Amino acid sequence: MTVALDRKDFLRIVAIGGVGLSLGLEFAPGSAEAAAPGMPAAPAFVPVAWVEMGTDGLTTIVVNQTELGQGITTALPMCVAEELDIPMSSVRFRISPAEPKYYNAVWHGIQTGGSRSTPSMSPVMRKAGATARLMLVTAAATQWNVDPAACTTSNAMVLGPSGQKAKYVDLLTAAAAVPVPATVTLKTPEKFKILGTRQGRLDVKPKTNGTAVYGLDVKVPGMKYASIEKPLQIGGKVASFDASAALKYPGVRQVIQVPAGIAVIADNTWAAFQGRKLLKVTWAPGPNAGVSTDSIYSEARTLSKTPGVVLKTTGDVATPLTGKVVTASYETQYLAHAPMEPMNTTADVRADGVTLWTPTQAQTDSQKVAAKIAGVPLEAVKVVTTFCGGGFGRRGETDFVEDAVYTSKAAGIPIKLVWTREDDIRNDPYRGGTVSSMIAAMTPEGKVTTLKHTMVCSSIVARAIPFLFKNGIDPLAGNGMTNTPYLIPNQLVDWHRLNVAIPVGFWRAPYANSNTFATESFIDELAHAAGKDPVAFRLAMLEAGSPPRVVLERVAKLAKWGAPLPAGHAHGVAMGQWDDAWIAMVAEISLPNNKLKIHKLTASVDVGQPLNIDGLEQQVPSAMIYALSAAIGGKITFADGGAVQKNFNDFTVLHMADSPEFVIDIVRSTEKSTGAGEVGTPCVAPALANAIFALKGQRIRALPLNDGLLT
Amino acid sequence: MVKLTVNGTDHVLDVPDEMPLLWAIRDVVGLTGTKFGCGIAACGACTVHLDGAAVRSCVLPVKNAVGKKITTIEGLAPIDKPHPVQVAWVAQNVPQCGYCQSGQIMAAAALLAHKPHPTDADIDVTMTNICRCGCYPRIKSAIKSAAAGVA
Repeated sequence: MTVALDRKDFLRIVAIGGVGLSLGLEFAPGSAEAAAPGMPAAPAFVPVAWVEMGTDGLTTIVVNQTELGQGITTALPMCVAEELDIPMSSVRFRISPAEPKYYNAVWHGIQTGGSRSTPSMSPVMRKAGATARLMLVTAAATQWNVDPAACTTSNAMVLGPSGQKAKYVDLLTAAAAVPVPATVTLKTPEKFKILGTRQGRLDVKPKTNGTAVYGLDVKVPGMKYASIEKPLQIGGKVASFDASAALKYPGVRQVIQVPAGIAVIADNTWAAFQGRKLLKVTWAPGPNAGVSTDSIYSEARTLSKTPGVVLKTTGDVATPLTGKVVTASYETQYLAHAPMEPMNTTADVRADGVTLWTPTQAQTDSQKVAAKIAGVPLEAVKVVTTFCGGGFGRRGETDFVEDAVYTSKAAGIPIKLVWTREDDIRNDPYRGGTVSSMIAAMTPEGKVTTLKHTMVCSSIVARAIPFLFKNGIDPLAGNGMTNTPYLIPNQLVDWHRLNVAIPVGFWRAPYANSNTFATESFIDELAHAAGKDPVAFRLAMLEAGSPPRVVLERVAKLAKWGAPLPAGHAHGVAMGQWDDAWIAMVAEISLPNNKLKIHKLTASVDVGQPLNIDGLEQQVPSAMIYALSAAIGGKITFADGGAVQKNFNDFTVLHMADSPEFVIDIVRSTEKSTGAGEVGTPCVAPALANAIFALKGQRIRALPLNDGLLT
Repeated sequence: MVKLTVNGTDHVLDVPDEMPLLWAIRDVVGLTGTKFGCGIAACGACTVHLDGAAVRSCVLPVKNAVGKKITTIEGLAPIDKPHPVQVAWVAQNVPQCGYCQSGQIMAAAALLAHKPHPTDADIDVTMTNICRCGCYPRIKSAIKSAAAGVA
């Protein structure tokens, strides 16, 4: 297959010589650059869209998920290599183009998010490897005139029943003539040699020598740089503008009004930024005029005192509560995603088509918006997915793609559209703030009989996936509440949609990242109200042998829950869930001078059959560190409809000096593999809050915790 | 006109004196390994060496780099003969998204050149570069193994 895109001229192709070669960007096998040293020959055997085997002995795995740091471009090739019986040292990857044959079935297109890559694509990639293997075996068996079932494979070779041996590389032409089998048998986990082991990242070398190409690094012929001056008030509009001073800055070429604001087009990024500063723009207020943090939470608190739309009901939730009744309410703050690479896209809009070079999690959605803006069919929009400097859900949006497409269309030239960090912090689809009102009833013995939550927040789904928003219900809003692992007979979760025009979006473990602060803090409060140990209290409500119970038992043992700690230290525990993955965490903290010091986070995690152990040991602490920034001090506040914070100086994130020790325990499950990028996020804030309570008896019910410690 | 010496090569650039070195390196010289993260010297993604010292190039006007030896990630070591810090980074699979890593590596290399055997406290004080993927535990570990020559 050859992609009809003239990348040779348009892109820096990154090839790191040697075994384990990995490429910065997709390339076209069979095109001119394939003949260059270090580049693969045209593949001789392409049994399925995902596997390209070359006469050089190297196998290229085509990955249809965006590499955001989560290691999917290592994990999915591992799946192929496992079933195909080839060494990882002979494997490389490339990112697929956004074409239907590479679509991910769960997304009906190409998209990355929700920790869906592993559960959706690992079975597909294993099948692809098994298919290629069976075709190679069939080719060898035919040559040897033996039954294919009598042959085995090992280390890129087919082995016959009488000691025959054939290297895959010598079977490629014959295998290419074998019909693609209708069914294949996958290995059983006890036969795994690659899955469940530690494997080095295939993208590690270009990410340590500056050659990995991110969206911001793309350069195409005739390209100019652009940046858009946007209103400080989210949803504000341009009333009028004067570009005369901006146009005089050296290197500024054009100033154009686009839907998001005023685009300054220049010879380099700096000139575009300087041009923006010289613009005189009068802004017209939009729907967020006058909106502030106080106004948002005031409305949310009022709503939280009344019943909302029911998301879940179990048992009897109508009878008035008896026994020991406990109430509490919790609040979480707004947060920006703030991935390291500011939003950007390079777009070349022509009359007959569009090319996008973009660090995106949403290739198909990007094609749709570009097609609409440019007035071309979807098929005429080509997407080249670059490496992404973080994502966390932010790059599932298309706002930065739209900015580039509008600007290129208006300017008539290829445009690299760059956001500043300030644009990023102020124009984020934020992790939305929440207010949760909780009530529970317990028997005198401390058995929880009823648990009710009323949660208030803006809807991500109503904005981002409106067709899933039905009957006033956001089907994801209860995540972290409706799927509680605890065996409580009577449960109610209801929800109010907060109608604020400040956009909220998918942010690492969406909804669960805020709801779990409420649920796991409240369970802790119930344990203390019942006079019980918080771990024992939880275990009593978890089904024996179930994954959540197993991870809690394991982490309690590993962290030595209940054993004496150094003076001034305390433990806090919390559970977390994402999809089919479970985590339990124990935080060890102290409070020198009332300042939160986190010593150690110990976690047991069950993500089903692990793919790359080394990858899991990266992703779980990664999610926890992301959550630490959010739990401790990070916050976005609003004044007159705009974010008060602007950059990493006032939107605070964790630095190395505050990063604790991590102990990560991975359950060696053989159940279905699930994603690991998000499960580590939800439990962090409640574990810390529970530890603070254990240490000083202060129950902090609003995030970030630092604000609570100061009051 | 500004004359810069980047990775041992002289470049004469037609840019304003106040243009930050970052943008001169990336957009004009064309070396994109050095990254833009914040523009206010808060994150360190833009870290390069100026006469061997780690500096945040996003706030350093090019005029202040004239006559100095500028080293970027591309010039830290030959691609087939990586710097000990890069070797340690690969051995420990440090990067995730990788975007901050050029800056992290340049900061770590400058630290080790100045202090070959840093303590944990030295590392914490010096390595203030932000990583949103949370690679901190592995960055610290890789610096130590590079210092010990065990990478």
